Amino acid sequence: MNKKEGKIDEKPEEMGRRDFIKKGCEIAAGTMFVGLLPFKSARAEKEVERIPRPEGHPDYNWEDHLYAYVIDTRKCIGCGMCVQACRKENNVPEGFYRTWVERYEVSAEDAIKVDSPHGGENGFTADTPGFNVSKGYFVPKMCNHCSNSPCTQVCPVGASYKTKEGVVLVDDKRCVGCGYCVQACPYGSRFLNPVTKTAEKCTWCYHRITRGLKPACVQACPVGARMFGDVKKEDDPVRKILAKERIQVLQPEKLTKPTCFYIGLDKGVR
Amino acid sequence: MEYSFLFPNDMHIHWSLMIVMYPYITGLVAGAFVVSALYHVFNIEVLKPVGRLALLASFAFLCFATLPLLNHLGHPERAMNIMMTPNFSSAMAGFGIIYNFYLLLLTLEVWLVYRVDIIEFAKTSRGLKRLLYKTLALGVYNVSPQALALDHKLIKILAAIGIPGACLLHGYVGFLFGALKANPWWSTPLMPIIFLFSAVVSGVALLIIVYQLCMKVRGEPIDQNCLSAMARLLWLFMTISVSLELLEIITLAYEQAEEWEVIGPLLSHQLSFSFISLQLIIGALIPFILLMILTLMNRYLHERVRNTLSFVASLLLLIQVLSMRWNVVIGGQIFSKSFRGFRDYQPHFLEKEGILAAVIIFILPFILLYVINRFLPAFDSPSASHNGHDPLKNGTFDSPACCYPKAGGPS
Repeated sequence: MNKKEGKIDEKPEEMGRRDFIKKGCEIAAGTMFVGLLPFKSARAEKEVERIPRPEGHPDYNWEDHLYAYVIDTRKCIGCGMCVQACRKENNVPEGFYRTWVERYEVSAEDAIKVDSPHGGENGFTADTPGFNVSKGYFVPKMCNHCSNSPCTQVCPVGASYKTKEGVVLVDDKRCVGCGYCVQACPYGSRFLNPVTKTAEKCTWCYHRITRGLKPACVQACPVGARMFGDVKKEDDPVRKILAKERIQVLQPEKLTKPTCFYIGLDKGVR
Repeated sequence: MEYSFLFPNDMHIHWSLMIVMYPYITGLVAGAFVVSALYHVFNIEVLKPVGRLALLASFAFLCFATLPLLNHLGHPERAMNIMMTPNFSSAMAGFGIIYNFYLLLLTLEVWLVYRVDIIEFAKTSRGLKRLLYKTLALGVYNVSPQALALDHKLIKILAAIGIPGACLLHGYVGFLFGALKANPWWSTPLMPIIFLFSAVVSGVALLIIVYQLCMKVRGEPIDQNCLSAMARLLWLFMTISVSLELLEIITLAYEQAEEWEVIGPLLSHQLSFSFISLQLIIGALIPFILLMILTLMNRYLHERVRNTLSFVASLLLLIQVLSMRWNVVIGGQIFSKSFRGFRDYQPHFLEKEGILAAVIIFILPFILLYVINRFLPAFDSPSASHNGHDPLKNGTFDSPACCYPKAGGPS
């Protein structure tokens, strides 16, 4: 009996060990499998998160928008509020500009004098004595968010890209700071941020526009020279301007197809 | 034009002295490789004395070609992104592929050329050195005539691939600049070709200098046939290179397009020293005359005159190519994209991307070359004396008794 019992005792014990190993393997495999599942779904969620859905606007879908910017140079008074607003909103380092204002003065002899002290941030000083101004105007400048953007083309790591809404952005987590995009931009709109050491530029205040707000410069402009709109919305004022007014872009010969449009550009403006 | 204006962001020079050094160093790589390929592929026997030196110099400079770039990048820790997440619409994304391809090719070529020597050293040396050579031999000790013939064939094939490879490596650098429509001083299809020819010029000039210095240190006579051949090559390539450089500017000036309004003053004022004085007169006209004398009156010249003429011309041409790189890289940035004004750029001595860093980066390949030469000698080879019969080593090392009294003759 004892022997038998011992045998019986032994057998289940042996089976148990085998079972244990088997079960253990199953559990381990199962855990790994189950472990993979949430990992996968977490990754998928992350992918979804990358499509901008700002808080408070869960329905925001970048495919529903196509933004455009219009600058009416006839209205600009060169106060520099836009440059100041941009610097505050986006924490732009001193000496660098995401947007700036240029002053053009044309003499009767067709000489052109252009200046933009501190990017026009603090407004402009009086005219140069001896320069006989026959006409003058201000031209606000910024990233043109080109459809055929040379800057995104040359980014070696894909850190600079164009969103579906037509905004050119830089991913500062990926940018290696090579500066190739800075060289490729014909408008001088990009710079290497000395603090983050990455390329930086106007984002049309992406963090604001995806929440239904206007870019800081548009908000700050006291005369309505800067307009921002969504051409996919039927009653959008910018869309109406683009449809009805005669508009220009900077350096059209470069074929970069800017989506920042101008009204009232003069021949001397580059 | 008297009222100048720069776009506010154009006050800064983003591509510094480091980006001048980068094409300069890759140019030396490509140029030195072309010399070694002329010997290995085209069987130009007179270049035999510098065949190995050219290969080692090319390798040493290639090892440091990325250093100026890494020093320049805002985030060097992300440098590998160029290879891991390349954006193939960018010319720069090809860098990882081209660089690694070339590094692999050059490493293989060096190994094959030195295989017999490595085996020889593995047999004769002791201790750590023996371990090093045994590791380098990769467990292959076959030096049968068939194996050597295969080596020779592979060297030839690799060198033949290496020529378009060198063109790619350096033409690519030219393309980086030449394909930017935003910059009229860079944007020309001639740019890769100009870069390529000036690369060969700098490579040959470097070899003339290093070869002469090596012979001086070793107390050996300079192979005059080899030197004259290199001087002739140098003359040919510098003529083509300078012609292309001038062609580009003459076309711009003659077309009188919008960009000439800014490029004209750029060359005559902002770059007057580095362009007119250095790149055209001191760096091109004078060496052109010196090399012309050397080539046309070669047989009437005393050995020392020949050495001196080629040395001075080479030194001036090295300066010319450096100034050309400067004028392209910095010149392209000191005018604003407003086309209405210029900024100034003076690299500081001690800054991160300053003169000292550039000098160190330029000296490092020479130190590496010295170190490699200690293990894989460019001039003495044990195999030359032991395997006097093998075709490869005959090609590489059995030099005429007049130039190599020490290394000569089978034992």
